[in-house]
Amino acid sequence: MTLGLSLGVIVGYLLLALAVGLVAYRASETTAEDYYLASRSFGTVVLLFTTFATLLSAFTFFGGPNLAFAAGPEWLIVMGTLDGVLFAVLWYVIGYKQWLIGNRNGYVTLGEMLGDRFGSVGLRALVAGVSLLWLFPYVMLQQMGAGEALVGLTDGAVPYWGGAALITLFMILYVVLAGMRGVAWTDTIQGLFMLSVVWLAAAWVVSAVGGVGAATGAMLNARPDFGSFGGGTYSVGLIVSTAITIAFGVTMFPQINQRFFVAKSGETLKRSFALWPVLVLLLFVPAFMLGAWAAGMPVDVPEGANVLPVVLNEYTPAWFAALVIAGAMAAMMSSSDSMLLSGASYFTRDLYRPVINADASDRREAWIARVGVAAFALLAFAASLFRPGTLIEVGSTAFSGFALLALPVLCALYWDRTTRTGMIAGVLVPQVSYLAVVLSAVVGFVPTLPRTVLGGWDVALGLMVLSGVLTVAVSLLTVPTAESDASRFVVASD
Amino acid sequence: MQRPLSDLAWIPTFALLVAFAVPWPLWGVDRVVAGLPVWIWWHVGWLGLCAVLFSRFARSGAWERGMGLRPEADDDRCDGAVVGGGDRP
Repeated sequence: MTLGLSLGVIVGYLLLALAVGLVAYRASETTAEDYYLASRSFGTVVLLFTTFATLLSAFTFFGGPNLAFAAGPEWLIVMGTLDGVLFAVLWYVIGYKQWLIGNRNGYVTLGEMLGDRFGSVGLRALVAGVSLLWLFPYVMLQQMGAGEALVGLTDGAVPYWGGAALITLFMILYVVLAGMRGVAWTDTIQGLFMLSVVWLAAAWVVSAVGGVGAATGAMLNARPDFGSFGGGTYSVGLIVSTAITIAFGVTMFPQINQRFFVAKSGETLKRSFALWPVLVLLLFVPAFMLGAWAAGMPVDVPEGANVLPVVLNEYTPAWFAALVIAGAMAAMMSSSDSMLLSGASYFTRDLYRPVINADASDRREAWIARVGVAAFALLAFAASLFRPGTLIEVGSTAFSGFALLALPVLCALYWDRTTRTGMIAGVLVPQVSYLAVVLSAVVGFVPTLPRTVLGGWDVALGLMVLSGVLTVAVSLLTVPTAESDASRFVVASD
Repeated sequence: MQRPLSDLAWIPTFALLVAFAVPWPLWGVDRVVAGLPVWIWWHVGWLGLCAVLFSRFARSGAWERGMGLRPEADDDRCDGAVVGGGDRP
């Protein structure tokens, strides 16, 4: 009975989210700009929450509490610093600049913007290809998170693959049917919903165990090391390199980067920027502290399950636990559909049309996009069944891959002297190197290259530096090509 | 384009805000205050400070000047103007 109730709540919620998407779809126009960017019409609340909900992925909801449970609440500091502060600064430095440029020249994707500035279809395709490559593990992460969530909620009655398949089905339906406006609308609803239920869940659990002080006391009894800042997993190297690679990576995520183009006005971006640290805290404090407190609770977390559903099952009624998991799954769905949608626009606009078929009709392009989304999601689903790492590991890999794009893009945005060759060298060399590191861990017959050096410093951080150095050095050694046009990125009003 | 010197002060300010969002001075400290480890309170307070300073930065005009724009030229409404209604989704 309880199992039926839990599944009923989850499927019901996912259907509701789909219904909202369909209503939004009916309000859409059929142009590509509307499908991908909702005609650049987002106000503060929608922009803020659509970006926020996109960050509300399995990485935050399940990976974060899992890590806090295993290694201590310092994860709150790492994520708060990178998402609440560093990302906000980049929101201005990269996001606002891109918004100004995008508004002036009508860009829809990062690759399009760079390709136009440097007069290079190759660069455009390279940026899109790299983005799609790292999008893959992140979509996979959502499927893994959903699979593990249902295992935890139903005590294994629903197998891992079942949860992963359920979310795959919904994400495909969603993107194919709704487009950006639908995604943004449900993001707003889900962002508000998740924020509320996470606090409700924390209040419920905390009052059941006798208050915040008692929860922390029990946590410290079980794990005395959780009370002091740093140490254990959390070395200086890990904190710094995780914060930097993820924050820069987030700005280059297709679904986040594309949102830099959708704001209605500069005012919208401003207000979102100032609210960002508060919103991040509101979500992370209850979610991650629940994970850390669970270390002192008499709960048994099964192998391969997430800690949050287990705690909720123990201390809250079944319907509420199911509702939180439903909300988390819906949030993961909204992350995934944003990613798939942005991925589709990267694929059709930056790869298919310029490289493969320049004369494709709009109908054909829209059709290709939807088929591409379905194929991409199904492949990621297949890969998710192998569970190549923890949620945090898979997520960090994707973030780092994107982070390697950030410094070349910053050069292009702010330094006139950047050349096409400089950009290609700055993007290509670090990407190939990082891919070699990542693949060496997956492929059996080659030696595994180290992911971290000197006690927790991520090699991706070194490769980020390399990407910046290469972009600058190669730009200085080469001359701008005739097709490049630095004035495309000029925004000054005088 | 005039950029007041005070605008440049935002650069080290942002650097400090990012750097000390991590409570480095409390490394290894394990005191519990009001139910939570004291370094979590540092972080919470610090992010509150960030929100306040970010909003001052956005409203001061430095936001636009940083991109080489005039504060009024770019937006659909003037700085500080009273506009009712708020946002439309």
